[in-house]
Amino acid sequence: MPSITREEVAHLARLARIELTEAELDHLAPQLDQIIGLVAQVSEVAAEDIPPTSHALPLTNVMREDENVPCLTPEQALSGAPAAEEQRFRVPRILSEEA
Amino acid sequence: MNDLTRKTAVELSELMSSGETSSVEITQAHLDRIGAVDDAVHAFLHVDTEGALAQAADVDARRAQGEELGPLAGVPLALKDVLTQDGIPTTAGSKILEGWKPPYDSTVVKRLKAAGIVILGKTNMDEFAMGSSTENSAYGTTHNPWDLNRIPGGSGGGSSAAVSAYQAPLAIGTDTGGSIRQPAAFTGTVGVKPTYGGTSRYGLIALASSLDTPGPCARTTLDAALLHEAIAGYDPMDSTSINQPVPAVVEAARRGDVTGLRIGVVKELGGEGYQPGVEARFHEAVELLTKLGAEVVEVSCPHFKYALPAYYLILPSEASSNLAKFDAMRFGLRVGDDDLNDAEKVMSLTRAAGFGDEVKRRIMLGTHALSSGYYDAYYGQAQKVRTLIARDFERAYEQVDVLVSPATPTTAFAIGDRIDDPIAMYKNDLCTIPSNLAGNAAGSFPIGLADEDGMPVGFHVMAPVMRDDLCYLVGAALESAYAEQWGGVLMSQAPELEVTR
Repeated sequence: MPSITREEVAHLARLARIELTEAELDHLAPQLDQIIGLVAQVSEVAAEDIPPTSHALPLTNVMREDENVPCLTPEQALSGAPAAEEQRFRVPRILSEEA
Repeated sequence: MNDLTRKTAVELSELMSSGETSSVEITQAHLDRIGAVDDAVHAFLHVDTEGALAQAADVDARRAQGEELGPLAGVPLALKDVLTQDGIPTTAGSKILEGWKPPYDSTVVKRLKAAGIVILGKTNMDEFAMGSSTENSAYGTTHNPWDLNRIPGGSGGGSSAAVSAYQAPLAIGTDTGGSIRQPAAFTGTVGVKPTYGGTSRYGLIALASSLDTPGPCARTTLDAALLHEAIAGYDPMDSTSINQPVPAVVEAARRGDVTGLRIGVVKELGGEGYQPGVEARFHEAVELLTKLGAEVVEVSCPHFKYALPAYYLILPSEASSNLAKFDAMRFGLRVGDDDLNDAEKVMSLTRAAGFGDEVKRRIMLGTHALSSGYYDAYYGQAQKVRTLIARDFERAYEQVDVLVSPATPTTAFAIGDRIDDPIAMYKNDLCTIPSNLAGNAAGSFPIGLADEDGMPVGFHVMAPVMRDDLCYLVGAALESAYAEQWGGVLMSQAPELEVTR
């Protein structure tokens, strides 16, 4: 009994915005199942009363003075854009036909 | 003068100070070496010949004017392709960033430039630093200079190979689960992961933000320490940067005296799954440290065996969020923008075309671990295990000054051996991962060759947070004791590479 099915992997790929081919699903789904088998070992540890650590350093609310500092020019910011128009990022349409 | 490539950074610096040679000559010698051997090694993704020579000429001019220069001024370096350098192609080993030229310098690069260190080019790596062999690079595998049929480690295999192929005396790596230390172990070189927050992540293309740490690679402990000092220290551009003085790493590397140092051998990092030749060299090194005056005891860290599963929940969770920025909108690849497909479709097509298998696996794993219904069982539980691992370290450091283990369970394996077996690949990092989860400093230092295959073995030293100096202290003690036995550092035993031109 796999811990994750091929359908669930296909769903994850959609959530992660990765278009997988059928062949890729055949290849990746069993590997993900194995990996989930490995990581599920964390459940063996009794840790109900243990606080979680999200970060090695106990830092909270790092603040700085609210001062203007130099930043990228529009030309620099757009320099790596796949498409730009009128000093803006040009993106594909956001709404689908039905909307 | 091609023996310039055989010198350490310290020796090169002395040659420049005395006027015997110039940074331009040194840089040219290393560029020539890259030209001669990189077809076989493939350590570099981009070589910046013009920029490096210009930087070198600038250092020479400043030296001629009597300017006070840092200890590494004019020394060449290879930069892992995960750190931004203004105007220089930066890919992180991924097709999705092919041709991208960042418009700014990372803090590490700013500090390298300020120190007068000459950046030769960008080194190969597993895509977005996900991997242990460079086989996940979208631009081909790097070869281990000790045996070109083997991998050089990863993710920073390009940096370790560049240093061990004498293409550069110094390199920068980044370490999220062992990506500096494991390649160092596999190539007979020195690699140190500083304390998390000790070096800045600004301009480092993030894999897992709570784990990523830039650090030095070199052929000697002192060279690594000098590079560590050049790049470390507080950076207001990184909100997790530690605002404290840099540990005295150079002084420790010069001193190299372990008399009275309490060393704990981690019981859980050995035995089954560890190659006999790795264990043999490791135990010899521990005996050697005892002879040098260290007090060695065995220490138990019972939760370390859960470090690997916890890491493979925490890392993919953070990575799946960090890599969401590769959405085909602001930089990098865009596929399927044909006026019919909407933004979501373009995003999905681009990520499908631009990411390799391992990146896809980890993004989906992270998405799964963070999804509702699984969060508590996976990511939440992994964070609790992280606490228990940090507590294991704390308890151990009450008894000892540093912990030690082999750096890796095996030596460098053959190219292709583990590429389609993710779990076998992940086990490379069994010894290195705990230090990333706890954020402490750790390094790998060469201690000889395994009997079975003649490949280098690394000795792993784990020091408390902000005691990076202790890694260098132990590394330097081993290095000088072995140099007496071998007549030089381990690298001097590496086979000569065939020169192609």
